[in-house]
Amino acid sequence: MTILNDPVNAKLGDRAQLSYIASQAADARLNVELETEGMTLNIGPQHPATHGTLRIIARLDGEQVLWAEPSCGYMHRGYEKLTEVRSFPQVTSLINRIDWLGSFANEVPFILAAENLMGVEAPPRAQWIRTILFELSRIANVSLFLGDLGVQLGAITPVFIAFRDREYVLNLIESATGGRFHPNFDRIGGLKDDLPAGWVDETKVVMKKLRNFCDEIEALLFGNEIFQSRTRGIGVIPRDVAMQYGLSGANLRASGVDWDLRRDQDSPMAWNKVDFKVWTHPDGDSFARCWVRLQETREATKIVDQLLDGIPAGPVMAKVPKIIKVPEGEAWVSTENPLGEMGYYVVSRGDSGPFRVKIRSASFNNISITPWLLRGVYVPDIITILASLYFILGDIDR
Amino acid sequence: MMSVLAIEVPYWGQSLLRVLGGLVAVLLPAGTIVYVFLFKMMSFMQSRLGPMEAGPYGSMQLFAEVGKWLQKEDIQPDNADKRIFRMAPIVVLMSTFLLVAVVPFGPDAWFTDFETGVFYALAVSSISVLGILMAGWSSANKYSLLGGLRAAGQLIAYELPMVLAVVGVVIQAGTMNLQQIVLAQNAGSIFGSDIVGNPYVLTQFVGFVVFMIAVQAELTQAPFDMPIAESELVSGYMTEYSGFRFLIFFIGEFATAGVFAMIASTLFLGGWGIPFSWFGWTDMDSVANWMNVAGPLIVFTKMMVLVFLIMWIRFSSPRFREDQLQRFAWKVLIPVSLANIMVTAVLKVAF
Repeated sequence: MTILNDPVNAKLGDRAQLSYIASQAADARLNVELETEGMTLNIGPQHPATHGTLRIIARLDGEQVLWAEPSCGYMHRGYEKLTEVRSFPQVTSLINRIDWLGSFANEVPFILAAENLMGVEAPPRAQWIRTILFELSRIANVSLFLGDLGVQLGAITPVFIAFRDREYVLNLIESATGGRFHPNFDRIGGLKDDLPAGWVDETKVVMKKLRNFCDEIEALLFGNEIFQSRTRGIGVIPRDVAMQYGLSGANLRASGVDWDLRRDQDSPMAWNKVDFKVWTHPDGDSFARCWVRLQETREATKIVDQLLDGIPAGPVMAKVPKIIKVPEGEAWVSTENPLGEMGYYVVSRGDSGPFRVKIRSASFNNISITPWLLRGVYVPDIITILASLYFILGDIDR
Repeated sequence: MMSVLAIEVPYWGQSLLRVLGGLVAVLLPAGTIVYVFLFKMMSFMQSRLGPMEAGPYGSMQLFAEVGKWLQKEDIQPDNADKRIFRMAPIVVLMSTFLLVAVVPFGPDAWFTDFETGVFYALAVSSISVLGILMAGWSSANKYSLLGGLRAAGQLIAYELPMVLAVVGVVIQAGTMNLQQIVLAQNAGSIFGSDIVGNPYVLTQFVGFVVFMIAVQAELTQAPFDMPIAESELVSGYMTEYSGFRFLIFFIGEFATAGVFAMIASTLFLGGWGIPFSWFGWTDMDSVANWMNVAGPLIVFTKMMVLVFLIMWIRFSSPRFREDQLQRFAWKVLIPVSLANIMVTAVLKVAF
């Protein structure tokens, strides 16, 4: 039984065996101690709490979880492979659909990687508008999380408020790009179009509305005592564990790690031109994760406000050949997406399309902590923890 | 012998009339009004319009929904314990029907004038636990089982504070007859002032709050809706039900909310009565006959107020966890209601 001594370096098949052994041991323990039969509960693939097709296999003793394991891949669409038979400009319409709630943010790292390989840099105006749209998609994404959080915990009203106010942001994205959910707007060397007339003023009004929305949600949900008793101290991820599991985004910052790619990374995007605060929380529990996201939504509206004031003039598209051929090479670009770090490792062989693309999506790494996190919690807490980890199924399965 | 339109009606006829009356005159309007009112209220709280298509302002929505549910296929899982599975919704609805039998609607408008009405009401209200447990166990579904067991634990835990909260009312009124409790409230006085009678919501405020919290839990409405918990247990004990059986659970939930609100308004808000001092009435015999017509309307009005309260809390609060719920019941509600009984008893003897 060498795999038991070194579970981290065990091979994949061995790991499956290991988890089987663990489950058997748990069963045996259960039967000896309480002389009761445990129950294996399949949460998902079709379940209201998984917003998609994530399956959590949980071994229960009454309402307590003995062990739980996520099983993903029910919505695998093979985007990494599909990119190999697409040309570079075509890929953006695919990767829009990875994290479907913040879809513009998916396009940016890929386009930046392609630009890196080609040695093209988008003009400043394009970079600023990219950053604005990036932050808008962050707001659209996280505002839905804030509403959905209530539903997961049994409060049905916040989700309607969230949908109402998210609609303003989606309308903005639509009026600028033509697509509400899947903008497909980012191009190698810049953007498809310039902003429509009056967009800047409208956006400022909406940002004010969104800040009101944040206040409303904070009063409605975060101040609620039942909400606090359901989330505080539930699903605590210590700092070290969070880093070991490769968590990123708000999940990592809620564990007290001050790490934000927008600030810590040299990027052509316009984040270094604005002044914003990276929020962290020392607790690492579900409440901290939700709270950090709320603060990030507020911060995003401020970033957008600052960027709107200083959009430089000029073209939105650099000089790029009509038929794009990317020179041979490899590039890795990652950005701080709404769900966490999202990166693309693009390998080009000099063709019009990528030779190989590896997508590092945040949710896949974020849910990898669930077996560690769900051990010993109660069934309702599974839902709290999953909701607070905040994953998008498309982002897990790609 | 009672006479209806100058025709002498035998006893079995009276019983039949009362049952039909209970069905047609009370439960159906109660369910319909509560349902439509609730949907509209929920919609306005959530900044949307709610049902608008069925009838004027969606007032016929319930009939549309009933029509929809009746058309659905009646699915019974293969592994289900079929007989129990089919019985469960009826048992749940039965407790609602039995509950309405003791609610008085006017000086002479009542279905049964029961000496131990309060006792009876509290007893039959817990029959619904059996139905829920039957539904949860017989569905052969793990979510249903979890939901059913949660419901059983919760409903038993909240039965006790409910009973204890009512004890205060019984001590103050000195009777368990609901009709007499209504009389005691409307003919009574607070510190010699009979301007509003003596509705027990004022003098038994603690009992009222405990009772309403317990009702919230008995009805499995948020924040106590873990047996259904749609984000955890899909739909709890109702998961495997479809079509007509689901409809019974679904409408039963609203009808029970209405009936519990009626019981609460009888116990705490003066029931069908208005303060007797307004019209110079002193006891049951001196109450004018038109109260038999106005009484049901007054009960409905008070019921709506309480249903509004129940639903307001339902739509604005997240859900507890079961262990938190049990802790709340045993460590907060029961001591509070026991203290309430003691204080009530002492004051009853003192005054």
